Amino acid sequence: MSLKLEHINYIYSEGTAYQKQALKDISLEIPQGQFIGVIGHTGSGKSTLIQHLNGILKATSGTIYFNGENIYAEGYSMKNLRSQVGLVFQYPEHQLFEVTVLDDVCFGPKNQGLSPEECRARALEALKMVGLKEKYYDRSPFDLSGGQKRRAAIAGVLAMRPKVLVLDEPTAGLDPRGRDEILDQIAYLHKKGDMTVILVSHSMEDIAKYVERIIVMNHGQVMFDDEPRKVFAHYRELEKVGLAAPQVTYIMHELRERGLEVPVDTTTVEEAAGQIVKALKKEKSQ
Amino acid sequence: MIRDITIGQYYPAESRIHRLDPRVKIVCTLLYLISLFTFQSIIGYALATLFLVSCVKIAKVPFKYIMRGLKPIIILLMITVVFNLFLTPGGQELVHIGFLRVTERGLTTAVYMAIRMIYLIMGSSLMTLTTTPNALTDGIESLLKPLNKIHVPVHDIAMIMSIALRFIPILLEETDKIMKAQTARGADMESGNLIQRAKAMVPILVPLFVSAFRRANDLAMAMESRCYQGGEGRTKMKPLIYQGRDYRAYAITVLYVAAAFVAGRYIPFKLWIF
Repeated sequence: MSLKLEHINYIYSEGTAYQKQALKDISLEIPQGQFIGVIGHTGSGKSTLIQHLNGILKATSGTIYFNGENIYAEGYSMKNLRSQVGLVFQYPEHQLFEVTVLDDVCFGPKNQGLSPEECRARALEALKMVGLKEKYYDRSPFDLSGGQKRRAAIAGVLAMRPKVLVLDEPTAGLDPRGRDEILDQIAYLHKKGDMTVILVSHSMEDIAKYVERIIVMNHGQVMFDDEPRKVFAHYRELEKVGLAAPQVTYIMHELRERGLEVPVDTTTVEEAAGQIVKALKKEKSQ
Repeated sequence: MIRDITIGQYYPAESRIHRLDPRVKIVCTLLYLISLFTFQSIIGYALATLFLVSCVKIAKVPFKYIMRGLKPIIILLMITVVFNLFLTPGGQELVHIGFLRVTERGLTTAVYMAIRMIYLIMGSSLMTLTTTPNALTDGIESLLKPLNKIHVPVHDIAMIMSIALRFIPILLEETDKIMKAQTARGADMESGNLIQRAKAMVPILVPLFVSAFRRANDLAMAMESRCYQGGEGRTKMKPLIYQGRDYRAYAITVLYVAAAFVAGRYIPFKLWIF
């Protein structure tokens, strides 16, 4: 199970006054099981890019291979692709429509043609995965709080048991606690199954803690594609395109400038704290 | 897919027509539409075509955009043409097959009707394509101001219209998003019979209505918190003021209408039966 993009170009509203090239010659390889962060400023093309992954947008030129099969080939089942590559849109709670939460989560499996019992079983499983309490299952999705609605909506995609889960800004508009809970849950899901998870965000802070690979988008192009610590080493270039490395990166660089021997490629607060303690002990002993 | 509706869709460009006062555009469009119904011969329509084509050229709007507005009325147009063609008596009989007969009168009426309807849509599309929705409602409000005296709430009507117009692209975008989200969950909107397709609309319509109400609520709150209280005592940041070019546009239009009226009615010129 892998995704491969070759020379993808996408032009919005081609041939009109609003024409805009959103993606320029993108080539990527996404092996099964990776946890990837896609980062970019507003309008950098990250949302457009991920909508190509399950064939909702068709590239103006270029090819996408899923499991080695060209998804643009004639007779390729988009429906099948969409149940393998689950896409959670921005503000997914805006897609809720059923009478109860459980029914809404069943919508995806039902479209896959599963029996009502199987749908229900999968929906219950998905709702458990996102950590929504059982007492909410029979309520109207519109009565839930913002964070709960989002969980229910994410469950709606998980219930289809996708091999690849793509989330577009899953934490937008949530409070810090809701944000951490959702991200932790996603990380847990990735660890548990062998799902590929692609997380789109504009905040490095959110992503740095979880992902093993970061793709930085800028003006419709891939700017960096590497593991987090290597990407953050380019923090000055990131700033130029309106992004920033996590705060720890700055602190470590500053400490080093002031003479403390710490490594500058730490990505998380915990890691940095350990390194600082180590460096201070070393200094004391000398 | 759903973006084919041109009415209320502004086409941004730098042109003389775009810069005109919205009142001028509204009144001139009206005059033009009325003029279409005064002609009795092909000369009038030739002048109307000339006028429309030159306006489109000056406006720098691609012809394709203006034609797009015609799509929704194709069926109406066909029905009108067919009925006029076969059911108008008068003049010499041209074709006679079974119970169907086409007369000279029928043919001319059908052709004129078709031209009128097409130009009607094209003319009004040109206006909406070159005028932002806000300018359009400003213009309407200003033109209808005299009705205030007989207690017609002109300002409120204009505000309702501008909000409705403003919401068209927002709701289109929202629909697009919801359709994508449900497609990602495997929803199928294209296949199946009529009932299945109607059922498939539920997952789109429910979230769309919910979002429309949410937005309406937010908007009402935002307006109230900025002390909006209706039209009384409200001044404009950019009041509409006629410029020299606006008077010239009026003059040109009036000139065209007069010329087309006279030529279309009184010049005895016929191309066969038209």
